[in-house]
Amino acid sequence: MRTYLDFEKPIAELESKLAEMKKLAEENNVDVSTATSSLESSIITLRREIFENLTRWQRVQLSRHPDRPYTLDYIKLMCDEFIELHGDRQIRDDPAIIGGFANIGGQSVLLLGQQKGRNTKERQHRNFGMPNPEGYRKALRLMKLAEKFNKPIVTLIDTPGAFPGLEAEERGQGEAIARNLKEMFMLKVPVICIVIGEGASGGALGIAIGDRVLMLENTWYSVISPENCSTILWRSWDYKEQAAEAMKVTARDMKENKLVDGVVPEPLGGAHLDHDRMAEILKKVILEEIAELSKLSAEERIDQRIEKFCSMGVVIE
Amino acid sequence: MSWFVRKEKGINTPTEMKREAPDGLWYQCPNCKKIMHTREHKLNAYTCAHCNYHDKVGSEAYFELLFDNNEFTELDATLRSGDPLKFIDTKPYPDRIRSTMLKTGLKDAVRTAHGKMNEQDITIACMDFNFIGGSMGSVVGEKIARAIDYSLLHKQPFLMISRSGGARMMEAGLSLMQMAKTSAKLALLAEAKIPYISLLTDPTTGGVTASYAMLGDFNISEPGALIGFAGPRVIRETIGKDLPKGFQSAEFVLEHGFLDFIVDRKDLKEKLSSLLKILS
Repeated sequence: MRTYLDFEKPIAELESKLAEMKKLAEENNVDVSTATSSLESSIITLRREIFENLTRWQRVQLSRHPDRPYTLDYIKLMCDEFIELHGDRQIRDDPAIIGGFANIGGQSVLLLGQQKGRNTKERQHRNFGMPNPEGYRKALRLMKLAEKFNKPIVTLIDTPGAFPGLEAEERGQGEAIARNLKEMFMLKVPVICIVIGEGASGGALGIAIGDRVLMLENTWYSVISPENCSTILWRSWDYKEQAAEAMKVTARDMKENKLVDGVVPEPLGGAHLDHDRMAEILKKVILEEIAELSKLSAEERIDQRIEKFCSMGVVIE
Repeated sequence: MSWFVRKEKGINTPTEMKREAPDGLWYQCPNCKKIMHTREHKLNAYTCAHCNYHDKVGSEAYFELLFDNNEFTELDATLRSGDPLKFIDTKPYPDRIRSTMLKTGLKDAVRTAHGKMNEQDITIACMDFNFIGGSMGSVVGEKIARAIDYSLLHKQPFLMISRSGGARMMEAGLSLMQMAKTSAKLALLAEAKIPYISLLTDPTTGGVTASYAMLGDFNISEPGALIGFAGPRVIRETIGKDLPKGFQSAEFVLEHGFLDFIVDRKDLKEKLSSLLKILS
């Protein structure tokens, strides 16, 4: 059973009508192909119409769609090989961040990303994609390995935030993220970061310092989630739509404000409708970017990486 | 006989106008509630003589405390905030900035300066919590970045005094990227082997903790300061339990290995000077 978001309801209605028609036709052995194909094309038209006019909040909802491809799905669909590596060598392995060496279409890379769960048990195991400090430390350990063996780094960002827990504080959540920011600027290998779902604040940024920072079309990336922003500024959960608008959290917004380098298009109706196609698009983008970045020397990449982030922000002299 | 007749009705002095002593002469400690003379409080580096509570002071007090004879050159003093997102919550962001400027006399939540501390050159950036909770927006990020540039250029130690609730929501994504910007500059400072001391004062949380505040060669704090990534309320709500006493205090953070030492504000200047002297 597919999950429909509230604004997809009109599509859901047409799709159930289509399914019903097909079922009837099959049972009674009649040809309804003209009727179904016209219905199918009107579904596409309707979907295009709805998706061309999405509000920012609706894109936030899409970024959290339960059927959306996660890091593990991309690994399965993009990589010819993946050898997962575990642990930060200090405390434990954090299942909220997955990482390892991979082969993507003949290109060796170090791939890592936050991982959410598909069902209740998995969600708990992955802590809803909210890493602890050891997750960020594992990520850094693996990135240093990639640097040692001169392999490009690809990070996939999908987190509702770094975990705000008791042990996370004891083990220095702030320090772990801060260290990653500083160290990632100095990595000698190409670094490509892609927001594939939610990019919530420092928890996202902790693996998102790259030569290229890209966002999939229906994702969000900001300093706080719209709900939490609403709670703090409006003192109520109810202004999340306004908060999403005010903070300009979507991929297009972030590109316009020069805070990310590009937007990766999703299949019509969102990445969750066609995992294969989405992975195909992403794989192509990753390989192109690696080829492009490999033309530069390590020093050039580091200089440009630093310069890019240092030019972000708007001040009046 | 008008002095027998009341011309205005009732007593018109509001309660807060009634004072037994002239304003500003006495300081009451918010912690132990004991009273001390404001001059004595200031001479005591704004700490309580009775309970050693470290009052939440800003850049003016720290500059005076640390720079010799209160002599320093401020950097980028006129830098102020734009409104790139046209952000409106309960009121437009520029209005909030303007009214905060009027109220505090500050341009934003950080001031940066260079001068001499016990005759050693130093660049200091100090946050002001009373400017929108010391929140980090583009101006804070940019001023810190430029102060680090100054340190780099003149090869002098950099001291960052943090006091902040974290990133500034009204600048959303732009404010998030200030964490990256400041960390990038600190990476360059580290490469140049110039000492960076980060003083985390009460409170230092959120994106500030998760960037420059935790990146010192030396991370230090003042007694009793609240230091954390997530705020205590958020953690309490997440885990659904009360937090242990002293959780996220400077002493707690020291015990868990994220601070080098805790220093009484009265000894701050001398201790920093000794440390820098050993390194120089």
